[in-house]
Amino acid sequence: MILPLRLEEVSFVARGRAIIERISLGVEAGHASIILGANGAGKSVLMRLMHGLLAPSGGTIKWNGEGRHKQAMVFQRPVMLRRSALANVTYALALAGVDRAEREAQAREALAGVGLLPLAQRAARVLSGGEQQRLALARAWALHPEVLFLDEPTANLDPGATREIETVIKAFDAAGTKIVMSTHNLAQARRLGDEILFLHQGRLVERAPVDRFFKQPASAEAAAFIKGELPWV
Amino acid sequence: MQEIAKSFSGAAALIASGDATLFGIVLLSLEVSLSAVLLATLLGLPLGAAIAVGRFPGRRTIIVLLNALMGLPPVVVGLVVYLLLSRAGPLGALGLLFTPGAMVIAQTVLILPIIAALCRQAVEDAWLEYEEQLRSLGAHGVRAALTVLWDIRFSLLTAILAGLGRAAAEVGAVIIVGGNIDGVTRVMTTTIALETSKGDLPLALSLGVILISIVLVINAAAYGLKEAAQRRYG
Amino acid sequence: MGLIWRIAVALLLSLPAYGQDKFITVSSTTSTEQSGLFKHLLPVFENKTGIKVRVVAVGTGQALDIGRRGDADVVFVHAKPLEEKFLAEGHGVKRYDVMYNDFVLIGPRSDPARVAGTKDIVAAFQKIRKTQSAFVSRGDKSGTHFAELELWKAAGIDIAKDKGAWYRDTGQGMGPALNSASAMNAYILSDRGTWLSFKNRGDLTIVVEGDKRLFNQYGVMLVNPAKHPNVKKEMGQAFVDWVISPEGQKAIADYKIDGEQLFFPNASGVMVGKP
Repeated sequence: MILPLRLEEVSFVARGRAIIERISLGVEAGHASIILGANGAGKSVLMRLMHGLLAPSGGTIKWNGEGRHKQAMVFQRPVMLRRSALANVTYALALAGVDRAEREAQAREALAGVGLLPLAQRAARVLSGGEQQRLALARAWALHPEVLFLDEPTANLDPGATREIETVIKAFDAAGTKIVMSTHNLAQARRLGDEILFLHQGRLVERAPVDRFFKQPASAEAAAFIKGELPWV
Repeated sequence: MQEIAKSFSGAAALIASGDATLFGIVLLSLEVSLSAVLLATLLGLPLGAAIAVGRFPGRRTIIVLLNALMGLPPVVVGLVVYLLLSRAGPLGALGLLFTPGAMVIAQTVLILPIIAALCRQAVEDAWLEYEEQLRSLGAHGVRAALTVLWDIRFSLLTAILAGLGRAAAEVGAVIIVGGNIDGVTRVMTTTIALETSKGDLPLALSLGVILISIVLVINAAAYGLKEAAQRRYG
Repeated sequence: MGLIWRIAVALLLSLPAYGQDKFITVSSTTSTEQSGLFKHLLPVFENKTGIKVRVVAVGTGQALDIGRRGDADVVFVHAKPLEEKFLAEGHGVKRYDVMYNDFVLIGPRSDPARVAGTKDIVAAFQKIRKTQSAFVSRGDKSGTHFAELELWKAAGIDIAKDKGAWYRDTGQGMGPALNSASAMNAYILSDRGTWLSFKNRGDLTIVVEGDKRLFNQYGVMLVNPAKHPNVKKEMGQAFVDWVISPEGQKAIADYKIDGEQLFFPNASGVMVGKP
């Protein structure tokens, strides 16, 4: 078990600006956490810090155990290799150290799980935006991660594709994967989240179960955000 | 202008004549330049990718140097390789001077910076897109660089063709290290130079037309290949 | 990396002409090769001995330099002072006279310096200088260039000081220099062989010939195996011996362009035939 993840006084400074300011939080298993905030609040940077793509300028980030491949991340824009959908998944499995003999079967299973098996041999880069994002989720699924980070995964998708992605995310959640997702789609946060972590100008301003956050936000910034009065930071 | 028009019919006549010497010269030109391109690609692609992806002190200096070396004068390369391969030089014992092997070496040195520098740029541009995802999946360093290299393989074709163009067109390097020996190290460009110096300009022009046509055909084929592959792989 | 190295070596070795048949390397001059002599002469030698001859044709200075580095087995040039220096430095074994050809003064038919028809080359040079008629020099330290410089000296002219806009120092081989002269309608000193094969004559023609001072002596030397152990001394010596033998000398005399003999064998010190 690599969870819980502990952040202590984590800051991130870039080009003289503090993007994340002294955030301390714990990430536990068992419920889907949604990171909310306006554009520029620091959601993407926080996710990348947690996933290990960025190193903090200050503070510490500690996982409970070793397991690089026990986390996976899906980005706002999926990045696929110039090969078939199936090959993209087997590539990830190869990196995770899965035996050559088992890669294809596991990859097929993952594709089936997101409804992409008929497109297994199609070139990944010619798939639609929604299909590529599903492929990204299949790639993550194949790794059976403990934690799945998602950085605004449906921001570029139409409502139909968004629904498909949300279905897969719910499947991950049901299978026991810890979901950590950022979004600025409030309705989506309500649909998928169990708790909300609200960021404002790089600080964790409020953390509450999803119902309480929307019905009775404790902070003024959160209240303003929900009312839609904070377009940019 | 008349001479240029006549050079086309002259070229056609030459090809139709099936002259064995001419075909020998064309074949040698292709062997030398294509071999140089192969070697420069094998060495240059990993080099370019490594510089693109790596982070080390002096990286920017190396990039500037590599770009500058694209403009290496062929005759200077020829001279340096000649001094290396000469019996009086450090690699004289190899006995490579005045052979096609020396010509391949000289051309490889000449086009290696072109292929490496253009590859470096292409990989660096692609790296912006791929870096986060690859690191997230656990691909680092060499593994990541090779993955990107393979993924952008069709764009790299342009870099490789640039190298081929330079190699096929140059005369300064091959004439010094090859010696333009009749029947042994005489290639298209050195033959054109020779015929020009003999004052046989129509023949020189016709040979020039043949040379350009060959390079044109190779480029057209490569472009078609790239288009087909892009349709297939996206 | 190891794989790349092995591919490279395999590639280089698979290319033609890498150490197969018996051959020697002869360094000579561009004007000699362009005269077509070697195309005529070498097959005779190859048929007799089975030894292939690879000729690297460059300027005289470079040809001797190739010999100095041990990159050739035999040196075959036409600049006696330079050849003797080469010998004195210990790079050659022995120098033999082989043949001579002659230089001709080429000029425009309009002949602004009024030199056409004279047999006195030195006088012609003086007239050209006097009238400041356009003159193209090879300027490339070749045998022809040295011959030209000697003629200016003989004419009492310090060409380095005396040259003006009329003297065009091009730094080119014989063919390109003739091209330049043709374009500029200028006088130029050329070897007869290159002139006979030259096709881009424009308005140029031979204006002065036959002066003894225009004779151009060729010499052949085996590169010294004591200094350069890689020299193929038996095969190289076989070539030297053949070229000065009656058979080789006859082959040289037999070479003609449009019925005209170009080279006059004189290995034994006796001239065979006259220009």
